[in-house]
Amino acid sequence: MAVAFDEMNGLGEDLRPAYQELSRWLKETPPDALEYRRQEAELLFRRIGITFAVYGDTEAQERLIPFDVIPRIMSANEWTLLEKGLKQRVLALNMFLKDIYHGRDILRANVIPEDLIFQNPVFRPEMNGQDVPHDIYVHIAGIDIIRTDPDNFIVLEDNARTPSGVSYMLENREIMMRLFPDLFARHRVAPVERYPDELLSALRSVAPHSASAEPTVALMTPGVYNSAYYEHSFLADKLGIELVEGRDLIVKNDEVFMRTTEGLKRVDVIYRRVDDDFLDPLTFRPDSALGVPGLMSAYAAGNITLANAVGTGIADDKAIYSYMPDIVKFYLSEEPILKNVQTWRCREAQDLSYVLDNLADLVVKEVHGSGGYGMLIGPAATKATIEAFRDKLKREPEGFIAQPTLALSTCPTCTDKGLAPRHVDLRPFVLTGSRQTTIVPGGLTRVALKEGSLVVNSSQGGGTKDTWILSE
Amino acid sequence: MLSRTAENLFWLARYVERAEYLARTIDATLRVTALPAAYVGKTNEWDSALLTAGVGASFYDHYEEANQQNVVEYLSFSSDNPSSIKNCIEAARLNSRSVRTALTSEMWDTINSAWIELQAVWGKGGTGSREDLAKFLRFVQETSLRFDGSAYRTMLRNDAYWFSRLGVHLERADNTARILDVKYHMLLPEEEHVGGPLDYYQWTSILRSVSATTAYHWVYRETLKPWLIADLLILNDTLPRSLASCYSNLVRNLDQIGVAYGRQGAAQRHARGIRNRLEHSHMDDIFQHGVHEFIQEFIADNSRLGEIVTKQYLI
Repeated sequence: MAVAFDEMNGLGEDLRPAYQELSRWLKETPPDALEYRRQEAELLFRRIGITFAVYGDTEAQERLIPFDVIPRIMSANEWTLLEKGLKQRVLALNMFLKDIYHGRDILRANVIPEDLIFQNPVFRPEMNGQDVPHDIYVHIAGIDIIRTDPDNFIVLEDNARTPSGVSYMLENREIMMRLFPDLFARHRVAPVERYPDELLSALRSVAPHSASAEPTVALMTPGVYNSAYYEHSFLADKLGIELVEGRDLIVKNDEVFMRTTEGLKRVDVIYRRVDDDFLDPLTFRPDSALGVPGLMSAYAAGNITLANAVGTGIADDKAIYSYMPDIVKFYLSEEPILKNVQTWRCREAQDLSYVLDNLADLVVKEVHGSGGYGMLIGPAATKATIEAFRDKLKREPEGFIAQPTLALSTCPTCTDKGLAPRHVDLRPFVLTGSRQTTIVPGGLTRVALKEGSLVVNSSQGGGTKDTWILSE
Repeated sequence: MLSRTAENLFWLARYVERAEYLARTIDATLRVTALPAAYVGKTNEWDSALLTAGVGASFYDHYEEANQQNVVEYLSFSSDNPSSIKNCIEAARLNSRSVRTALTSEMWDTINSAWIELQAVWGKGGTGSREDLAKFLRFVQETSLRFDGSAYRTMLRNDAYWFSRLGVHLERADNTARILDVKYHMLLPEEEHVGGPLDYYQWTSILRSVSATTAYHWVYRETLKPWLIADLLILNDTLPRSLASCYSNLVRNLDQIGVAYGRQGAAQRHARGIRNRLEHSHMDDIFQHGVHEFIQEFIADNSRLGEIVTKQYLI
């Protein structure tokens, strides 16, 4: 693979303007001082308890996501472009979801094949014809973006269900400000700390009509054993709302209440971090104890807003992903600002044969997979793995898509052997309320810590960095 | 506040209080057993430590003999004992995680750091040396002091605080009552005549397990007398670990909740009933009635309060 574009050094030794101060600072700072700060950061993370759980990993039920102290920096211009593209994309996602669960214009126009929707396990027939407050489905979106060269930001994935990671964006900044005050003094970094306020006002703005003037918002978690539990409690705390589990809620006369020390209290908006399947045992999985019996009928009666709405999975499905440019054009009659990664749909015969012929050069993903599981990274795979994937693809082609291996941009990162380039992506968080769409400047930068690795997922050992958007 | 949050706060406080109490019990027992046999006679202090911890029966499911090593292990580190210090700290940490939003960062930091230290340093009980044990016991007591102190200094005075205080005082009352119950035979007036060194050190151990040796002398300005020790631990409102003091606090905290919620209930009435009984009792009457019976009734009433609070607020 060719040398990747580096966020700091471009394609060669041309130091990019946004990194000038950082570069100067790195030259002045002895390596052991950097190492000392790195250890300090790790201690802080552990003490604050910023951990995530890895399922099936009994050795370390709570793990730290490695934190890299070298920030990833973007200029104001770069951010402005990204922001515009993100807003456009999320607007289209919301229009698409409304359409899919109502008129289905896009299917009648033959932009997307019907069976991709109706045969899709994440499509929720329960949502057919159901109105959601203010027609907003995806209140919180986490859009994964990679960069291949100075001008090319590409969307890798639209996370429209319950995207996580925003607590790391906020905590990374806090810890950087604690450990590197001098570095901040040399930069004008746009603040991210208003995210909780923006989130709360977005959530309140989408309260159902039957809510009081001061709607009650709660955050619903599957509980302490969930991998993102830290984030759930962190956000509830920052928002100043109750962190509820299914057992704290009860539905009466199609209204949702929480059990409090003063009796039942009505809830109007639930920021739920529980998957569709587990929300209501009467509608979805009957064996689930995580949900609230009757929640869906309260939802149908219009007495509760769920954020994100039920059924949004259809919009972040990898099979639908390849149609996103068409979706943007269809609803907005605009050219998409953010590109897609070229994607071969293995369900289509022509694409499949191309993929089978070029497996060694491609990344193959399960349509419904996430977290970097069940992927084939052709160039890094053994012959045996490739052959195993070939069989899987032949057996169930509609379960897979394929993409070229992209040269994700790199960013200087602390490693055992000093600073070295490591591949990064970026997950900005897009908030949609009834009045406006907002994005705090920045997001979560994930970094693949292994040399050459392109997998940045935390469950696969990836780390995170603070993301700085410089002001003009 | 969510009922579950209140319940977690209540139990979190109880676990921390219980861990500290167990550490005190072990500490006091160690001191007695370190004395030459001539001073302490043949009683097995480790058995009585098990009894005050309320694990007398379950201990023998796992061990043959109640000696120092076995009892210390069972009370401190054993995973088989649901209320070992280790399990208390682990339960406290799990509860803390599920109510992080209701804790101040100082409280969380205390519990989380203690839990980390427990894993890192005390996972297998240290080296088993007496020095290590002393360090461990100090670590537990300091955790509890820090936790209490950070709650006192950083929590808003609202229902979250009051529910956690309810946990502290309910657990504390239970612990004090258990010590008295196990040692009640030493507090009987007729034993006054015995007055030998054996009694002296055993009485001291009672005071030591509630950190009240100095307090005793301040209050009574007398040599150790069993009925005065009983008076101090049961009726003296100025001693923070006395039953009377625990109930003053329980009544006050329940009243604060009642006022904030604009509603009183069975919990407030029940707690007031117990406090009034303590207020109007004299040691003479208690001895007449029987210390053991009095304490037994108290333990039952106290745990009944826990049930009532649970029903009224926590579920």
